[in-house]
Amino acid sequence: MEQKTKLRAEDGKQEYTITRDFDLPVDLLFKAFTESDLLEQWMGTKVLKLESKKHGSYELETKDPQGKVMFRANGTIHELIPDRKIIRTFEMENAPVGVQLEVYEFESVSDGTSKLWMHVIYESVEKRDQVMKFGLVQGINWAHNRLQDVLNNLKK
Amino acid sequence: MNLRRDVFQAIADPTRRTILLLVATQSLTAGAIASNFDTARPTVSKHLQILTECELLEQEQNGREIYYHINATRMKEVADFLEPFRQLWDDRFNKLESIMKNYKPKK
Repeated sequence: MEQKTKLRAEDGKQEYTITRDFDLPVDLLFKAFTESDLLEQWMGTKVLKLESKKHGSYELETKDPQGKVMFRANGTIHELIPDRKIIRTFEMENAPVGVQLEVYEFESVSDGTSKLWMHVIYESVEKRDQVMKFGLVQGINWAHNRLQDVLNNLKK
Repeated sequence: MNLRRDVFQAIADPTRRTILLLVATQSLTAGAIASNFDTARPTVSKHLQILTECELLEQEQNGREIYYHINATRMKEVADFLEPFRQLWDDRFNKLESIMKNYKPKK
């Protein structure tokens, strides 16, 4: 079966690209990246600040149920063209992986479908590999946190 | 059913990881594998079934015996960090898609 999300990360390169086809009109896809309440839902992290405009900045944070900060990240938006393009930096705080440059290109395929092209560039090959390995662990932790939330709610 | 996620659940279990190590170098029967564990034979069978279902192990009929051996391609895929990373983004984007399909603009 054709994969909807494709990853290309060659050995020895400090970048990766992800392409994804969506059953969504391009404006809805774009909105999911620029409105904090929507971004929160699909990224599974709190959005403390999101100024969706050129020279704007953003801050993300995830806390565990005890209020301990598990993840913090921030960045600056360098370019934002509605329904077309976002260029931004992303920096995970307290993680030795530096700043990554992210280019998102949005494309309308038909009335109800669209395509996202995501290009992420790191300071070095090592940092890219570290993030990709860490990203996996983080994803699992977040899933566990959500599971824990559900269980806690059931107990109440 | 998410087959790929099940693969990671499968290798999260210590007994199943040991089984994979045992058959990494040679094909073994269920009995030979079970003899390495103190646990009951049906428990080991259950682990073998799970590993076979998520295609980490392959069965091979040899006379009256069934031999288990490792699916090298599948194992490589799992050991590789690229596939989990892709899966992470795939999950996120699936979520994005379902959230936005139900999206109603605020007045």
